[in-house]
Amino acid sequence: MKGLKIIVLAKQVPDTRNVGKDAMKADGTVNRAALPAIFNPEDLNALELALRVKDTIPGTTITILTMGPGRAAEIIREGLYRGADSGVLLTDRAFAGSDTLATSYALAQAIKEMGHFDLIVAGRQAIDGDTAQVGPQVAEKLNLPQVTYVEEVLSIDKSAIVMRRRLDNGVETVKSPFPMLLTVNGSAPDCRSRNVKMLMKYKHARTITEKQEATEDYTHLYDSRPFLYIREMTVADIKTDADQLGLTGSPTKVKKIDNVVLQAKDAKKMSNADDGINDLMRELIESHVIG
Amino acid sequence: MNNIFVYCEVEEGIVSEVSLELLTKGRSLASQLNCQLEAVVVGSGLKGVEKQILPFGVDVLHIADDKRLEPYTTLPHAAILIKLFEEEKPQIALMGATPIGRDLGPRVSSALHSGLTADCTSLEIGDHEDKKAGVVYKDLLYQIRPAFGGNIIATIINPDCRPQMATVREGVMKKEKINANYPGKVIQLDVAKYVTDLDFAVQIIERHTEKKKINIKGASIVVSGGYGVGSKDNFKLLYDLAAVLGAEVGASRAAVDAGFADHDRQIGQTGITVRPKLYIACGISGQVQHRAGMEESAQIISINSDPEAPINSIADYVITGDIAEVIPKMIKYYKLNTK
Repeated sequence: MKGLKIIVLAKQVPDTRNVGKDAMKADGTVNRAALPAIFNPEDLNALELALRVKDTIPGTTITILTMGPGRAAEIIREGLYRGADSGVLLTDRAFAGSDTLATSYALAQAIKEMGHFDLIVAGRQAIDGDTAQVGPQVAEKLNLPQVTYVEEVLSIDKSAIVMRRRLDNGVETVKSPFPMLLTVNGSAPDCRSRNVKMLMKYKHARTITEKQEATEDYTHLYDSRPFLYIREMTVADIKTDADQLGLTGSPTKVKKIDNVVLQAKDAKKMSNADDGINDLMRELIESHVIG
Repeated sequence: MNNIFVYCEVEEGIVSEVSLELLTKGRSLASQLNCQLEAVVVGSGLKGVEKQILPFGVDVLHIADDKRLEPYTTLPHAAILIKLFEEEKPQIALMGATPIGRDLGPRVSSALHSGLTADCTSLEIGDHEDKKAGVVYKDLLYQIRPAFGGNIIATIINPDCRPQMATVREGVMKKEKINANYPGKVIQLDVAKYVTDLDFAVQIIERHTEKKKINIKGASIVVSGGYGVGSKDNFKLLYDLAAVLGAEVGASRAAVDAGFADHDRQIGQTGITVRPKLYIACGISGQVQHRAGMEESAQIISINSDPEAPINSIADYVITGDIAEVIPKMIKYYKLNTK
């Protein structure tokens, strides 16, 4: 069968899993600037799933689509190093303040400009919000069937894709026609590492903005190697209704943010020596908490 | 019109726990807002299902009963909710933050262009003043959830779009019947009016339901480990202590991510919520996302080598020390003091 056209949705996120001491300010709030920006972990699982389809079906191409600020081009390069074929960065101040719905709208409108596709693959959720909403919302906006929590693609033929889903209480094998959108669970295989050849090939891949800001001039490279071009899309490149973009297009608003500053409660400090532990266990047994 | 709707999950005729918890919350919100509580149940073989639902104070129950609607697939359930919500215009719609609710909710909210907040830990009613526009919104649903890796608690509102949608995890809300003979009305939906053949594009070929073997939620004592436990081997100490105390073993997300424990033991906002009599936190720093899943434990012991670990501030007992030394001592002195 002929190759598939796959779009992988990916997000660059602050690494909220590693909020160390240096990442906290003196007032107990997060110093966001100190958090490294990473490829959202489950989006890497999604990329791996797409790469495995590409391994099985020759002629398959993978395009990474991400929405974010200019520096999000970093994760497109990361994807190219691991075997993706091209990338699109959707970036514009008009998208600032988007909730999941406004994000999904912008992504769906960008996908409509990207031409034919068979499959959209996204991570289940991003670690900065943990909402798991953008995948299903993009599917709805594009009127596609969706299958969430996919762990593995079991088979693909011309008309359908068969997948295994991981649920809380078991697994499910489901079959969907094309085109469709699937989201990938963190229990799916980890993404392969960078390929040295791809790293050499794509290390100068840039968006137009990055090229303009670059101090070194690689113009000659770009003329002879069009694959080094990372497509940048702005609001001007997609058909949108301004009412559905950014903060205006977001039905949910943040009313209040409470930084988490832990309140001290009266804790009994117990010694870790034998006496302390003995006292603790005796106290718990006497109060019928244990035993 | 403008009532509160709860989507009830059902499998083989049994309504899920989380749905009953949401009905309880929905009932109290409806009384506060002086509106009705309505429920929707979509599935197959649902005769008599109202007996499980109406006693929670449900005024109207909508039933969509068709053999094609169970097991759950996204499109037909979404089609039914979207059309029903367009007809009934609820002000609030709640569903469980389960694999089903988290698959269905976003699809429905996208179609209706209504806001959805995932994994809320608290729902309240309150007003909001938009000072710039000079508008005061009365009686909005405050959707409260940790965000940004649990480092902040956000209160989310949907001022203009309806329904205000939220998902809530199992175990977060209380479950309480109000009247076994509550006089609610039952409406059977004409399924053919809500779904088309195209909605059955995705087929389920096979399902294995594996009943959850471990029951952390039901345990009265939970021994839980975090990243600070250090290794999968050290985690065995937690199982030893749990075996002696008759407890279950839980884990923080960091410990699960590090491979120390399986995902089905994860406690916290994206895992299980527990309220045991005693929660023993071993090497857990205590991010808010974790605390959201355990802070209502009656008693908390924190064992941590870091005397400044944030979890110590909610603990009843703090032991500063190494897990590998402290746990064997706990086992030893527990045995010495019982019999």
